[in-house]
This record gives sequence, structure tokens and C-alpha cells, in this order.
Amino acid sequence: MANLAAVVGIGQTKYQTRRGDVSIAGLLREAAVKALEDAGLGFDDIDAVIIGKAPDMFEGVVMPEIYLTDALGANGKPMLRVHTAGSVGGSTALVAASHVQSGTFKRVLTVTFEKQSESNAMWALSSPHPFSPHLNAGAGGYFAPIIREYMRRSGAPYDVGIKVATKDRLHGARNPLAHLQLPDITMAKVEESPMLWDPIRFLESCPSSDGACAMVIADASLVSESPKPPAWIRGVAMRSEPTMYAGREEVSPQAGRDCAADVYAQAGITNPRKDFDCAEVYVPFSWYEPMWLENLGFAEEGKGWKLTMEGATSLDENGDIPWNCSGGVLSSNPIGASGMIRFAEAARQVRGDAGAHQVEGARTALGHAYGGGAQFFAMWVVSADKG
Amino acid sequence: MSEEREMITGIEVPIYLKYHFTAGEATARFLSQVRQGKLVGQRCPSCNNVYLPPRGSCAACGVATTEEVEVADKCTVESFTIVYIPIPGNPIQPPYVIANLIPDGANISFIHLLSECDNDTVHRGQRVQAVWKPQEEWDYAMDNIRYFKPLDEPDVPSESIGKVPVTGWEV
Repeated sequence: MANLAAVVGIGQTKYQTRRGDVSIAGLLREAAVKALEDAGLGFDDIDAVIIGKAPDMFEGVVMPEIYLTDALGANGKPMLRVHTAGSVGGSTALVAASHVQSGTFKRVLTVTFEKQSESNAMWALSSPHPFSPHLNAGAGGYFAPIIREYMRRSGAPYDVGIKVATKDRLHGARNPLAHLQLPDITMAKVEESPMLWDPIRFLESCPSSDGACAMVIADASLVSESPKPPAWIRGVAMRSEPTMYAGREEVSPQAGRDCAADVYAQAGITNPRKDFDCAEVYVPFSWYEPMWLENLGFAEEGKGWKLTMEGATSLDENGDIPWNCSGGVLSSNPIGASGMIRFAEAARQVRGDAGAHQVEGARTALGHAYGGGAQFFAMWVVSADKG
Repeated sequence: MSEEREMITGIEVPIYLKYHFTAGEATARFLSQVRQGKLVGQRCPSCNNVYLPPRGSCAACGVATTEEVEVADKCTVESFTIVYIPIPGNPIQPPYVIANLIPDGANISFIHLLSECDNDTVHRGQRVQAVWKPQEEWDYAMDNIRYFKPLDEPDVPSESIGKVPVTGWEV
């Protein structure tokens, strides 16, 4: 039986196109120091540091971890880097949590980042392989045909993605840390934005951001040493599956469904739409909201888009299950940190510390990340209640 | 020394990577046959699905694949996207169609370019065929196929895509 652990500190940088004023180390330290301040702790109170980021080619800095030890106060302590493509922010949080839940360490600092301005992620994701033609399509080129297949199967109206893109930017306008600040966005503006990878428009895609997110995770015995309310970690799960096999269900991957079932069972979630007060879910392209609503069991297969269109996932429409109140990946995307931001924002909600994007009275929330060819999944359930 | 200079916060440092690609047995075999203008996949002994390109194993069943199966260069469109986004240095001029194509006789799609087509009428189930580069340009690469172009054949119904071998519908 795992020990009980909680998030006791959260620190995020402001997400933006380019942070020319700090190095990678400076960016991470900024988030780490904020998390420690939030936890009322210092580097000396930390037993180990777990960091994560997406592929090294995103900055062109190979093995950045080898120069980050001192910036993160890890001299003389264990430091570990995690990588699971786009889900890495989530899996890094889970690796950090497991080091506390296992009793190995009492307090762990975990930090994830991306400094996308330093290189070109689109290029990094389009490297040539002899067994495949070199088509230069990036992540959007990979996910667009899968989205198209979801649209076909569900018969969803064409503007569901447009609605998600609008809703998440309105959420983001409540969050001062969000990269995109588009308080005047409308569905018409999203629809008029240029098509990038049909059916994905420019405003239905995530931005490229610089930023870092950090958390301090502590054993239950030390939680009272931090001043603010904790977010109790009530369930943790990761799942993987191969990118390619005959008959693979790409629209609603099995690994995602299994991961959700596991984390829900741990946390006693039987009806996600009712049992959660909100969710922070990795939606880099607008249509992934209805797709994940179904994959995560918030809606029946083929019906996820109805929740979106009814406003169920919208804070501004008083929806019963707001998704991505922080603005989500569609508003800020420092790729390696994006998963951890979901986990941290879920924790902020249950700590009652989410500012203008707070869901009133939120007690239980889901944090979710996915990565690779929708093949790595990481999820946690956090709650104001110890359980 | 007295002149005011703008603070330098970053400089451009290009890096170049050249890989020696070790393909492994299945991919090496596949690429050597692509060099001959043939598409040869492998059949899973457990689920009978044919993989192209072969990976030496079936990830669904977790078993090794060895039986080779030559597949046609005719394919069915499983899904697709039209790429409009300009990427620096991209030799392909947008807008262009990238399609997930299932070759006749295989059960999994690969991604390739669709051309000589009306982008607005590309659709799931559409029949297409490879347009190869001239033989003297063939190398160990899927780029030996320049692109795929539409065939004047009836569509494959959605529920049959990837499940029947198609060519001539002899099933």
C-alpha cells in the first residue's frame, strides 16, 4: 500500500512566445523557487529533484539536465530526468509522486519545461526516416487524419473544434499566466483563421511557448509544515501502447481507457462527469476535447461533442464539468511542461487557489496528459479530501 | 568602449546531425526490396494481419513476423489531411494532401503524399496507386514512390477498409 502524498507547493512561469531574458537553467529555477515559496520551504528541505522535458531537439540542447543540478539545488541529491514525449509533464509528476508514495523520499521537487523559442519543434518532429517519405507535416499532420476519422464516426457538426478553441481561450483570458490572452475571441474569428492541417485551423492549434512548471510533493507527515491547503494525491496511473499495429484504435486508444479505469478505481471515481468538479486534460488540438471526453468516460462513445456544444465543459457557461479552466494546452504549450501544468492546475483547483479561473468549491479534479502518437498516458486524481 | 550596445540575449548556433541508420533485419529487408521497386510486408502468424512496412513483429500479438508477403502499390485511403502550413525548407509546396494509405493485401496504413488529385474531393475509401520515380533514382527509401494518384475505381466501403485485400475484389 502506497503512502499518502500531497502537492504542497506549485510554481509556474508566465508562459510566452520567448523568454530571451533567461537561460534554460534560469527558467527552471524561476518555477522551482516559486514552488518552494508556495510551499513555505527552501532547497534544503528537498530530498530529490525529478525533472522532465520533451525531446532534446526541441531546443537543440542535448541532455540539459547535466547542467541543471546546481540551478535546482540538487547538488548532493538524487536527480532524475523523465521522458515520455508530450505526456512527459504528467509522467514526471507521477515519477516524483511515486518516490514519495514509496517512502523513498519525504519531499521531492519536480520541474518540467520547454523553451520552444530556442529551436523549431515542427522541424524536430519531422525528421526523415528511410522507411517513410519525408512529408514535413509535424504533429498536426499526424493528428489531423485521426480527428477526421472521429468526425466521420461521431457525425459531429463541423464547428465543435471551433467551440473548444473559443472556450479554452476564454478560460485562458482568466489566467494571467496563460500565453495566449484572447479575451475577445469568437467562434467566427476561429473559423476565419487559416486552415493549417485540414480540419485543424490556426486558432484550433496550441501555441509554441517558453515556460516551466514546478511542484513540491510531500509525504503526509510533512504536509502540515507547508502553510497552504494540500492537494491530496488520490490516484496515479500511466499506460503505454505501441504507435502502430494492425487494428489499432487510434481515435480512442486502449491505453487511455485503461489508464483512466485504473486511476478512477484508486480514487473511487465511478461517474467521472459527476464525481469530478473539473478536469485539466491535454488538448493540443481543439477536437481532442470531445475525443478525450469519450476516451475518459465523461461521455458515451460518439457523444463527447454534445457536452462541448451544450457548454458542459465551459466555465463561462456554468458547465457542470469545466475542462481546462486554466486555458489548457490551447492557451499555453511549453511542451515538456504542458502535462505537468495540467496536473498542477488540477491541484490548484482543489487547493482553492486558482484565482479567476477557480471552479467554486472544487474538491476533486483530474489531471491528464498524453504523448507520442497518442500512445503514452499519464493521469492523476487530486482532492481536497484525504480519502 | 563608450558606445551603447544593445544587450545580446541569444545567438544562432546551428547544429547538424548525421545518422548511421541501423535498420534491423525486417526494415533492412523491406528497404532492399523497395530498392527493387517492390513493397514487401510481413504476415503475423497469430492474427494473419500483414504489416507494411514490416517491423519484424506484430505489436498487437507480441509475436515475431517472418513470412514475407508482396503487396500491391495500389492502396485505399483510410484518412487524410490537407497541409497548408508553410514549413521553412520544405521542398513540398503547400497545400498538399497527406494520406493514411492501406495497400491492397496489407492491414495497416502508412503515410504518403497524394497528388494529381483534386484536394477538395479526396475521401476515405478512395482508390489510389503509386507513381514511382524513374528506376535509376531508386534507393533504400520509401521516397522511391514520388506520390500516389487517384485510380478510376469504385470506393472501398468504410467497413471493409484494411480488412479485405481489394485489387480486383476477388474475395
